Amino acid sequence: MNAWRQPGCWLAWLCVAVGGLAILVTRDNTLREVAFTLLMFAAMASSLNIMIGYTGYVNFGHIVFFGLGGYTGFYLISQHAWPLYPAVLVGGLAAAVVAGLLGSAILRLRGAYFALATIGINEAARAFVNNFGPFGGPTGMFVNFAAYRQYGGAAQALWLTYTLLLATTLFTLITSGMVRHSRFGLGLMGIREDEDAAMVMGVNAPRLKAMAYVLSALSPGMVGTLFFFKNGNVEPGDAFRLHMSIEMLVMVMLGGQGTVLGPVLGAVMYERLRGYLLTSAIFKHLHLAFAGLSLLLIVLFVPAGVVGWLRGRLPRLRRLLA
Amino acid sequence: MILQVQQVTKRFGGLQALTEVNFDLAEGQILGLIGPNGAGKTTLFNVVNGVYTPEVGRVIFRGKDITGWPPYRVAQSGLARTHQVVRPLNELTVRENVMVGACFGREGHSLASSTHVADDALTRVGLTDRAHQITGSLNVAQKKRLELARALSARPYLLLLDEVLAGLNPAEIALMIETIRRIRDGGVTILMIEHVMQAVMNVSDRVLVLDYGILIAEGSPQDVANNPRVIEAYLGDPQLAQRLLAE
Repeated sequence: MNAWRQPGCWLAWLCVAVGGLAILVTRDNTLREVAFTLLMFAAMASSLNIMIGYTGYVNFGHIVFFGLGGYTGFYLISQHAWPLYPAVLVGGLAAAVVAGLLGSAILRLRGAYFALATIGINEAARAFVNNFGPFGGPTGMFVNFAAYRQYGGAAQALWLTYTLLLATTLFTLITSGMVRHSRFGLGLMGIREDEDAAMVMGVNAPRLKAMAYVLSALSPGMVGTLFFFKNGNVEPGDAFRLHMSIEMLVMVMLGGQGTVLGPVLGAVMYERLRGYLLTSAIFKHLHLAFAGLSLLLIVLFVPAGVVGWLRGRLPRLRRLLA
Repeated sequence: MILQVQQVTKRFGGLQALTEVNFDLAEGQILGLIGPNGAGKTTLFNVVNGVYTPEVGRVIFRGKDITGWPPYRVAQSGLARTHQVVRPLNELTVRENVMVGACFGREGHSLASSTHVADDALTRVGLTDRAHQITGSLNVAQKKRLELARALSARPYLLLLDEVLAGLNPAEIALMIETIRRIRDGGVTILMIEHVMQAVMNVSDRVLVLDYGILIAEGSPQDVANNPRVIEAYLGDPQLAQRLLAE
């Protein structure tokens, strides 16, 4: 594949793999928790980037896939005593199926209309789960503590969850890189630049868009299952936070949309900033205001994000950071 | 016949853009399509390549009825076009633009083989030295040539050219006409809209004239140039002044 020859892809994959494995070696609980959040953000931002960065469709409802996929996986674990591995896979597939169904309806919309529809879907999904009996309605579901015993106790289960998340994140990044440097990705970027012109050149835009949407939903569903398994409970308020969608958007834009490395970089930078703001005495209630403000500043002054800015400044990096 | 347009009628609300347009195009020909502004030339292109579906009539391409097919399906079956107002994929490089045509056009190349097709098409239009530039940085003449390269990289049977000469200087026009001739000699049938009369009369085997959505003349360039209805469409009725004086 072409992606294996791209330094920008390598850099992203290598950083995540080495950093993630190093924490497995140290067995440090605090570091693991920090890394868990970082990996989660990186996977979510990278999958969102397939829609925003490659296809040019702004999706405000990415968290829906995290919520619905996570709910499905968690339902199987807590109510049907499924093991973690198949539940994670089914969580991802469930999110992908939802995306396939939703996509056939809303991908006919373009630009701001598509973005608005995705906000509506977020609210609709929350309302649905709130009133859906099998998922526990407004109170949600929780895992019986005994369920952790098959993984060697709660502490071991946390490490297992972390390892699976690392694998999921690497899978997401490798998918992102392979899409970016494939025929499929070229078609998506054609759609991003001018959908009508791309169709005249033979790009089957409806099918490619649907495939991109389904692909972008897969890892959020897997990450969601892992996140709720680790938490031990799930409720509608946690699963469908609109502001999480917007924070992911900030990460993609901050790092550089349309690149493989950008969303990872953006996720790390945003997580550090968020961590600082949440713990500082003055700013602790203002971290979302900062997210909004930084999105505004990015769109105004560095619309291509950090990676895009670097590429523009140093033409020699152009080929490296594709 | 590579293309047959039969009784095509297209309306936009109350505006009759095309009325019962009929014509055939034989393989290997260059057919010029002329007419005053607003005559429906670009609309006819849009009907042929699937952007619009006609209310009445059929479009038959290589023996297949393609009426109502989406544009990407028409493109994949071997019909490529350029746009009057250029539509480059700005953030991609020149070469990537052309690769889109090669990957998704008639031959459906893989990414690896599309680079060769793209380089070949860029050579034919003389854009090789710009291949790695971002498309947004090209000037208009270069973007027009890029449109042509993109269409060529699809390796089409039939090429629709929408005013590829507009906005070019005389030297560039001569170059472009040479390119068009060479494309035809390579076995591609061409249907071209053009306003540069001397060029279209020079290069076309046959010419069609549209006026207010109606085909008013068809024939060799000489016949069409001397047809009183064509002169009237462009310049007004030559006898009108005399008739008014006589009254």
